[in-house]
Amino acid sequence: MADHHPTGLKRWLFTTNHKDIGSMYLWFSFVMFIIGGAMAMVIRAELYQPGLQFVDPNFFNSMTTMHGLIMVFGAVMPSMVGLANWLIPMQIGAPDMALPRMNNWSFWILPFAFTLLLSSLFMDGGAPNFGWTFYAPLSTTYGPPSTDFFILGVHMMGISSIMGAINVIVTVFNMRAPGMTLMKMPLFVWTWVITAFLLIMVMPVLAGAVTMMLTDRHFGTSFFDAAGGGDPVLFQHIFWFFGHPEVYIMILPAFGVASEIIPAFARKKLFGYSSMVYATASIALLSFVVWAHHMFTVGMPVAGELFFMIATMLIAVPTGVKVFNWVATMWQGSMTFETPMLFAIAFVILFTIGGFSGVMLAMAPVDFQYHDTYFVVAHFHYVLFPGAIFGTTAAVYYWLPKWTGKMYNEKLGKLHFWLSMIFVNLTFFPMHFSGLAGMPRRIPDYNMMFADFNQLASIGAFGLGLTQILFLAILIKTIWGKAEKSSDKPWDGATGLEWEQLPCPAPYHTFDTPPKVS
Amino acid sequence: MSEQEQKLSNKSLVMRLLGVVGGMFLFGFALVPLYDVFCEITGINGKTRGQAIYQKKEIDHDRLVTISFIADVKRGMPWEFKPMENVVKVKPGELNEVRFYARNRANEDIVGQSVPSISPSEGALYLNKTECFCFDQQRLAAGEEIEMPMKFYIDADLPEDISHLTLSYQLYNVTEAFAGDSVAAK
Repeated sequence: MADHHPTGLKRWLFTTNHKDIGSMYLWFSFVMFIIGGAMAMVIRAELYQPGLQFVDPNFFNSMTTMHGLIMVFGAVMPSMVGLANWLIPMQIGAPDMALPRMNNWSFWILPFAFTLLLSSLFMDGGAPNFGWTFYAPLSTTYGPPSTDFFILGVHMMGISSIMGAINVIVTVFNMRAPGMTLMKMPLFVWTWVITAFLLIMVMPVLAGAVTMMLTDRHFGTSFFDAAGGGDPVLFQHIFWFFGHPEVYIMILPAFGVASEIIPAFARKKLFGYSSMVYATASIALLSFVVWAHHMFTVGMPVAGELFFMIATMLIAVPTGVKVFNWVATMWQGSMTFETPMLFAIAFVILFTIGGFSGVMLAMAPVDFQYHDTYFVVAHFHYVLFPGAIFGTTAAVYYWLPKWTGKMYNEKLGKLHFWLSMIFVNLTFFPMHFSGLAGMPRRIPDYNMMFADFNQLASIGAFGLGLTQILFLAILIKTIWGKAEKSSDKPWDGATGLEWEQLPCPAPYHTFDTPPKVS
Repeated sequence: MSEQEQKLSNKSLVMRLLGVVGGMFLFGFALVPLYDVFCEITGINGKTRGQAIYQKKEIDHDRLVTISFIADVKRGMPWEFKPMENVVKVKPGELNEVRFYARNRANEDIVGQSVPSISPSEGALYLNKTECFCFDQQRLAAGEEIEMPMKFYIDADLPEDISHLTLSYQLYNVTEAFAGDSVAAK
């Protein structure tokens, strides 16, 4: 019984094991990361110099749209669900997720959803080309025929994430080992529970928005069509009511990862555990009342702009609490700088830069200048790449010995880190400047004056893309190639049930009898 | 907890969470009327309210408000559409009439629907229309032309800092999509 499991294809199709499903989620998100990354390479190649070089403008627009959709829904979100599957049961001392069959289903929907979405690339009229935010009427009146495939794809992704979120909440509420009180849970679990609540609150709203698009396109309704009494601005309100909590859905689990890794390598307890929990919850609550800061330029009354501006700037307070707590955890710690720690520290620094440009964007009067420029692109890539993706990468390096029983090559890991660190900044930092100078988003051609910044960003992007292939090579070498065996506790500062009570690799079934929690 | 209890408690939590999901899906749709009600009360999206009734008002002879008119046709609308007067100066409280001109340049019947918008949007609540072509759709035969009246008055409560309002009409071709019975026929 102990380690028995079916083999071959059936193991993966029918598995209800949280570790198998976690691995599938992580590999799926890596595949999507490569596909979405390839699209980014097309974008950066076209923008390497002014003028139209490689692709026609409509295809360029499809690339920006698909890159965004695939990275958000295909790469970042599933990678976080993958981490949740692997880690949450082990961290709270549960034998598996609470709803294992639903877990299997919520993963297996994803390949179909993304096949639908990606198939639109090969259709007449091209793939969706209206930006990942799919504003009406671009996506309703003027959307290509493939928009309907996009709509159904989004419905399926939504169902998958909702099921994943429900599973996390039920697992954490009902399956904790005796003695594992809420305020003893590792922060990764806490941030994921809060993320899960955000998911079940906003994914249905997104489903509603795309359903309205579908009926506007085909069934004669006019939710977003002014000719029939609707209002296109309403679309933006509904979309961003989903969209703003969505950005925290992508980053909160990475906050949790950093809160696990930094104490382990600083060999100190996390500074301000409970304030971390409350700060995360405050960020989540505030995320529901700030959505219109994405649409300051639609013609809102001053009172509205003031409200959304102040509410948005308030978010800097709990976020600041978190950043200061991470720094205070490192303060006077006995730090060592293995790959996971390097990624976690870079996460703190670069995410904070993204946070600062976020505060700049929150200011309604200046947002009129920044709106829809590369400054916005720089901002959200700073919080997503060195934020969410560095967070996930740090987690993969940190828990890889636990998952595989083998140790990655530290030299290669450090090389991966330093190349990523250099190229991520080379890619996205110049975008601040081109954006402030007025370069618009989602445009295949641009004024000569932006040429230097774009050339730098493109060189950075090619390097950043290649570097992630190195990551793939490191993973393959560790998992299937020649790699050092890991001890049961490769990180001497690591804490938590998964490090203290389980060997490396963790057996297929863990905590069949609940562990003792001190 | 025994396995049985665990299952039951999981089930009840799942049901409650599914309730939240269902509720939020409905909330997404509830945003549509909520948005309309909110905008109608506050007037902040620049839409004028429905038909107003003019009662003899006290006319403010000391104040003149400039009203500019803009008329545009949307893509796929083959009509000529313009205000007969581009700018009028009116006294608050006074009932005024202006006319818009439209001509169907196509070779077939076309149904048009105009949608108003007022800028600055804070003024939307104070411009009241007693009669407007935008309350109805217009069907013009090929080559037919029409003068369409619009009667309105400015509320005397119009804030002092607003001295100029712009009323814009966007004219949509709704022959296929929303005209009369054709919506039901589709």
